[in-house]
Amino acid sequence: MQMSLLIDAGKCTGCVQCELACSLENEGIFNPAKSRIRIFTFHYEGRFVPYTCTQCAEAWCMQACPVDAIAYDAATGAKVILEAACVGCKVCTIACPFGTVNYNSDTGKVIKCDLCGGDPECAKACPTEAITYVDADQTGYERMRAWAVKTDAGSTAIA
Amino acid sequence: MLHVVIGAGPAGVTACEMLRDLDAAARITLISGEPEPPYSRMAIPYLLVNDIKEDGTYLRKSENYFPDHQIDVQHISVTAINPEDKSIRFEDGNSLDYDRLLIATGASPIQPPIQGIELPGVHQCWTLDDARAIAARALPDTSVVLVGAGFIGCIILEALVKRGCQLTVVEREDRMVPRMLDNTAGGLLKRWCENQGITVLTNTAVNQIAEKKNKLSVSLDNGNTITAGLVITAAGVRSNIDFLTGSNIDTDQGILVNQYLQSNQEGIFAAGDVAQGRDFTTGGFAVQAVQPTAVEHGRIAATNMVKPDSLSYPGSLNMNVLDTLGLISISFGQWMGNADGDSVVLLDDAQYRYLNLQFDGEYLTGASSLGHTQHMGVLRGLIRSRVPLGIWKKRLMDDPTRLMEAYLGSVQSLV
Repeated sequence: MQMSLLIDAGKCTGCVQCELACSLENEGIFNPAKSRIRIFTFHYEGRFVPYTCTQCAEAWCMQACPVDAIAYDAATGAKVILEAACVGCKVCTIACPFGTVNYNSDTGKVIKCDLCGGDPECAKACPTEAITYVDADQTGYERMRAWAVKTDAGSTAIA
Repeated sequence: MLHVVIGAGPAGVTACEMLRDLDAAARITLISGEPEPPYSRMAIPYLLVNDIKEDGTYLRKSENYFPDHQIDVQHISVTAINPEDKSIRFEDGNSLDYDRLLIATGASPIQPPIQGIELPGVHQCWTLDDARAIAARALPDTSVVLVGAGFIGCIILEALVKRGCQLTVVEREDRMVPRMLDNTAGGLLKRWCENQGITVLTNTAVNQIAEKKNKLSVSLDNGNTITAGLVITAAGVRSNIDFLTGSNIDTDQGILVNQYLQSNQEGIFAAGDVAQGRDFTTGGFAVQAVQPTAVEHGRIAATNMVKPDSLSYPGSLNMNVLDTLGLISISFGQWMGNADGDSVVLLDDAQYRYLNLQFDGEYLTGASSLGHTQHMGVLRGLIRSRVPLGIWKKRLMDDPTRLMEAYLGSVQSLV
């Protein structure tokens, strides 16, 4: 069964536990700025929206990589940065229309969500079930996929 | 079906993969004009500082990747195309028939018309062969003159500094990277480079290069002369279309293609730096010569090669990212602005941070930045989705850094 992150922004309280858990898992430090998942704050609406890579089928980042440094993990469906191959050219950071591949100047490489190899720490850390890791066939995931299509329709649809 | 792809850069390789995906039984031949396995020119700066070996530049890393996908790679130059009998001719006189042909021959550096440009020690930085020649000469304390401060000049600048060279950059135009950055951002980048010990001469041209006691003497139009051990020219690129003379394939700056990336000749397509395809933001036709466009072209052309007229194409968004000695510049679409469009600029001069957004009515159509590296891809999402920004336009005018919020609020309706 393919699993995916399901984000229900209405349940997010902005506690940033997900960011801390992600940073600790991936960087060994508590630094929200190094998190692969980020919470965006909407002051006017009084809302918080957690957002990270949807592991979209189009995989703009993977397509754009000139050195084969982003791979598809068949077990999780994640698109994963291969650190040893990444040269740090950053093309993927502008190719991803969701803004979820970022440059890490400390390492000179890029970072993105890899679903923690199938056991995402953000979902485990979320106290309100705003982030859950669920069967990918759930409707929420399909909605996220629909956004991916809306972003660049026309240049990807394979007739 | 016989698919022939000329050019083994990102456009050609991506096209071959797409052809294989869509047509398992097809015969696919990929023709490379260089001896190495298909590789990325973008990786050359990292090769020059030994971050990677030559195999680190290869577009596909697994050994036998091309044979495993039944893509027949041949290393030979193509000298002519004959659409009449659907064949191409090679430099050795042999020819090859095709049913569908993709021309993805890329671009080559422009050789500036400077006396002495052919002297030993004057190089361009384009191929792996060029990189080897530069690595042999760019030794610690070597005086290097870099002619051209455009994208390619800047991307190799860091490598030359890291190799310990004494660097002088000579740019004819009034600022660095004039195709990506406006005066403000170009000026900031120049100051950034100068603070790291590089001499940057804008509004300056090279008049002549001469040999002088095993060194090169570079004469500038400001009357000064620089003695150098190595001169690197990076004065822009031009589509490789000369071999098409007599083929009846329509060209301008590059090969003219329609919305299916097909040329005026049936069954002949073009992709990447050689293709003059539609530009998403201007609606016109341009050679963009950037990696994301090359890959996009490759996929779309291949799809239409397998199923004619099946995938129409609204155009590629021009985009670029450049790391110059650690200062990262990014540009998207109409970064230079729209007639009568609103714009907003955020500048932190001391911190070398700059962000410029360009609107056309309710839409974001372009942006450029210095020193911003987080979530910048969302600019592509905001521009490409063509969703009216509504309230988010005013919010971006008030605080242009709230790009992710604008995207999540407008395009994805998450708020």
